[in-house]
Amino acid sequence: MSESTDTTETTEAAGAAEAVKGGSGTPPGVAGYAVRNWRMLALGALLLLAVAAPFQLVPFRVFQLTMVMVYAVALVGLNLLVGHAGQISLGHGAFFAVGAYSTAVMMYHWDLPYPVTFPLAAAVAFVLGYAFGVPATRLRGLYLALVTLAIAIFLVPLLKRFESVTGGSMGLTLEKPEPPAWTGLAQDQWLYFLALAGTVLAFLVVHYLLRSRVGRAMHSVRDNETAAEVMGVRPASYKRRAFAWSSMIAGAAGCLYTWTIGFVSPDSFTVNLSITLLAGIVVGGLGSTWGPLLGGLFVMFVPSWSQDINKAAPGVIFGLLIIAVMYVAPTGLAGLAGRAAHWFNKTRSNRILRKG
Amino acid sequence: MADFVQQFVGGLGAGAIYASLALALVLIYQFTGIVNFAQGELAMFATYIAWTFIDAGLPFWLALVLTLAISFVGGMLIERVIIRPVEGAPELTLVIVTVGLFIFVNAAAGWIWSFLIKDFPNPFPGGALQAGGVSLAYSTLGVLAVVGGVMGLLYLMFRYTKIGLGMRAVATNPESARLVGIRVGWTLAFGWGLAALVGAVSGVLVAPLLFLEPNMMGGVLIYAFAAATLGGFDSPLGAVVGGLIVGVAETLAGSYVDFIGSDLKIGVPLAIILGVLLLRPQGLFGRAVVERA
Amino acid sequence: MSEPENGPKAEEEQGAVSAAGGDRDFLVVDDLHAGYGAVRVLHGVSLRVGEGEICAILGPNGAGKTTLLRALCGMVRGRGSVRLDGTTLSGRSPDTVARRGVAHVPEGRGTFMPLTVEENLRLGAYARRNRAEVQADLERVYGHFPVLKERVKQAAGSLSGGEQQMLAIGRALMSRPRVLLLDEPSLGLAPMVTRELFGIVRSINQEERTTVVVVEQNAHLALDIAGQAHVLESGRIVLSGSAGEIKADEQVAQSYLGYRI
Repeated sequence: MSESTDTTETTEAAGAAEAVKGGSGTPPGVAGYAVRNWRMLALGALLLLAVAAPFQLVPFRVFQLTMVMVYAVALVGLNLLVGHAGQISLGHGAFFAVGAYSTAVMMYHWDLPYPVTFPLAAAVAFVLGYAFGVPATRLRGLYLALVTLAIAIFLVPLLKRFESVTGGSMGLTLEKPEPPAWTGLAQDQWLYFLALAGTVLAFLVVHYLLRSRVGRAMHSVRDNETAAEVMGVRPASYKRRAFAWSSMIAGAAGCLYTWTIGFVSPDSFTVNLSITLLAGIVVGGLGSTWGPLLGGLFVMFVPSWSQDINKAAPGVIFGLLIIAVMYVAPTGLAGLAGRAAHWFNKTRSNRILRKG
Repeated sequence: MADFVQQFVGGLGAGAIYASLALALVLIYQFTGIVNFAQGELAMFATYIAWTFIDAGLPFWLALVLTLAISFVGGMLIERVIIRPVEGAPELTLVIVTVGLFIFVNAAAGWIWSFLIKDFPNPFPGGALQAGGVSLAYSTLGVLAVVGGVMGLLYLMFRYTKIGLGMRAVATNPESARLVGIRVGWTLAFGWGLAALVGAVSGVLVAPLLFLEPNMMGGVLIYAFAAATLGGFDSPLGAVVGGLIVGVAETLAGSYVDFIGSDLKIGVPLAIILGVLLLRPQGLFGRAVVERA
Repeated sequence: MSEPENGPKAEEEQGAVSAAGGDRDFLVVDDLHAGYGAVRVLHGVSLRVGEGEICAILGPNGAGKTTLLRALCGMVRGRGSVRLDGTTLSGRSPDTVARRGVAHVPEGRGTFMPLTVEENLRLGAYARRNRAEVQADLERVYGHFPVLKERVKQAAGSLSGGEQQMLAIGRALMSRPRVLLLDEPSLGLAPMVTRELFGIVRSINQEERTTVVVVEQNAHLALDIAGQAHVLESGRIVLSGSAGEIKADEQVAQSYLGYRI
């Protein structure tokens, strides 16, 4: 079993019962393989479905699914920070915006070819995330929440102010990436595949990151900072890295956003976006592998459906759901500590079993 | 010089508003270790309640008293119903729950009163007090007087009443407070009620300056955070002093630093928060911040 | 291990001898089990304390002495029953138990550090309404602990360890408790200070007829002032008797307490 899939179990509401049962120490070896195979199959089926979808759906649906993936990428980043490193960002949308605007500026003012903008936008967001992370992660998690909220609120007037670069309140309109002729794809399909590639990339990056030593250190900081410190892990350093990476991924998502929409304006990136993203990942499932994807669907479709009832309905739903989710796992993320510890043991014995 | 003094006093007026929201944050933080991200939204909601009363023809000050009473009860209810189930949960959970509350209250206000901006009456007379070439707007003086009065009453309550003593005991050592027979749960609820009341004061005072709409308090909340960070999250006095400093700094930066102007003023609290975190993380009046185990 | 069975019986006999006129079934603990989460600490503790008596709970580190006191005052939930003068206390929250007359001086003293000495004492009387009586009791506490009177307006956190322990006991007395629970009052104090403190506890017990349950590692001191004593080991009472009996039986003391008295 891989690390990330395992955390999935621990976060899902149903996982609570399972973790309790697991305490009796059922040997996971054989079952682990079965689950793994089943998961690979499901993953393959999902990818196949994803590749087939744009050929079966009308362009508007293709666009919607593209946006789901754009949000999912942003949520992969947010999940890394909140779900895996246990830190809170209320300004994830700001780093999303940084990526989106970097891309727009590079394409609009500098005429750079669009593929180049993807790594560059991610890099800009990474650097900014790192810079803000230095003061914000020195102390308790609360301060990161404060700083990121302040950033999210500050960003809109800032974007409006530097009109010559950002286009001010009017924003910037650009050409969306054209599909290469050999593909024979329509533009919406091409954008869809770009977003799909970005999504797969983001999932893979985080997957391997979490499997690395760094990922384990991050989990240990989340689960018990003091214990992590005793083991020689410097919490601030990992919190800062987690924040920088999560910003980087948000920046990459922002780049995909700009490609998909072909337009950026300050009012698309208000603090509401950040809060919506947080709602998405909390409802989708903190620390779970598929949480970002579910969150992306949620963020994309719930507002568009519920807005017919009332303009405020999405907010009411988001707010209530967030609170409800936190109740359903009453131990919150601390419960993860125990479950994750249990899981560490399980994997370790798992490995030994396999060796023997 | 006269202009400077005028700006300075204007800054104090704005700062007094930030101070009252910051004080609301600090009150809750002290008792429960929770930073209530929904504090500004609760204040906004209270302001709508006040607006509804005024719109129905009630005199301003009566509407205010009714609003404060409703806020107090509402704050207590929120603690009992929404916060109680996650009491003692990790910080991440608490922050997320208050953010959920933030979103919910914001949207609920939009649902009930719509997102259109509303005019909120200024309770203070127009015009200004002229003194030595300096003109001080009555509304600024009025804000200072109201906030000063509220702070004074709070101080007296904490210092000289039994419930105040009990609250301080709960803030210092909840377990021990329970052992002397204090109903800690109700004391916490009382603290939330009080915080909601103090926050409502800031909402009602800021509404005439900003126009009333559901997102009115977002910016003010950031100023209040800066104030509480500057003063120290565990110090009510710090919140007040921090609020005044933030108000003055923001006003002076807005009028004397061309680059900042009125539209980038919201960067001032961000700079203050970052600066405090780098230089003096516990704030001016706070006890040294210890990483929680 | 024959003592556990003998325990309650020995205790009953003891109670009959030493209950100085009061109700000898004043505080009754029956088959109390308690612990923290999955960790069980107490495995069926039963004991009786007579009114106006000093009862010492002895035993090695980790025997469950502190947990026993915490279970008595409601800080730790458990199974079994705790009754004070016929009223059931088990299952109630600490604030309610406190209002029923059980004053617990916790390990670490529970001082409200930033508050003044007087505020700390007044908090002890938080559940009481009669101001004049509270004022009188304040003077009474200052009578027991003159050093506190000199520091009335000082922050409690600035007191020495011994003074803080006195403050904690004073705070407990301010509630006019029917039972005073003392958890390791000697912890971290100099021997001289400890002796003074125990002297004061004894005089409080004698002058005000306050029932005292004291948990101590320093068995020697505790037995000096106690009427009755119980030895707790691994969450069970393994020995009960009058303080004199337990003190005299050095062999037993050594094997159960693990150290020389």
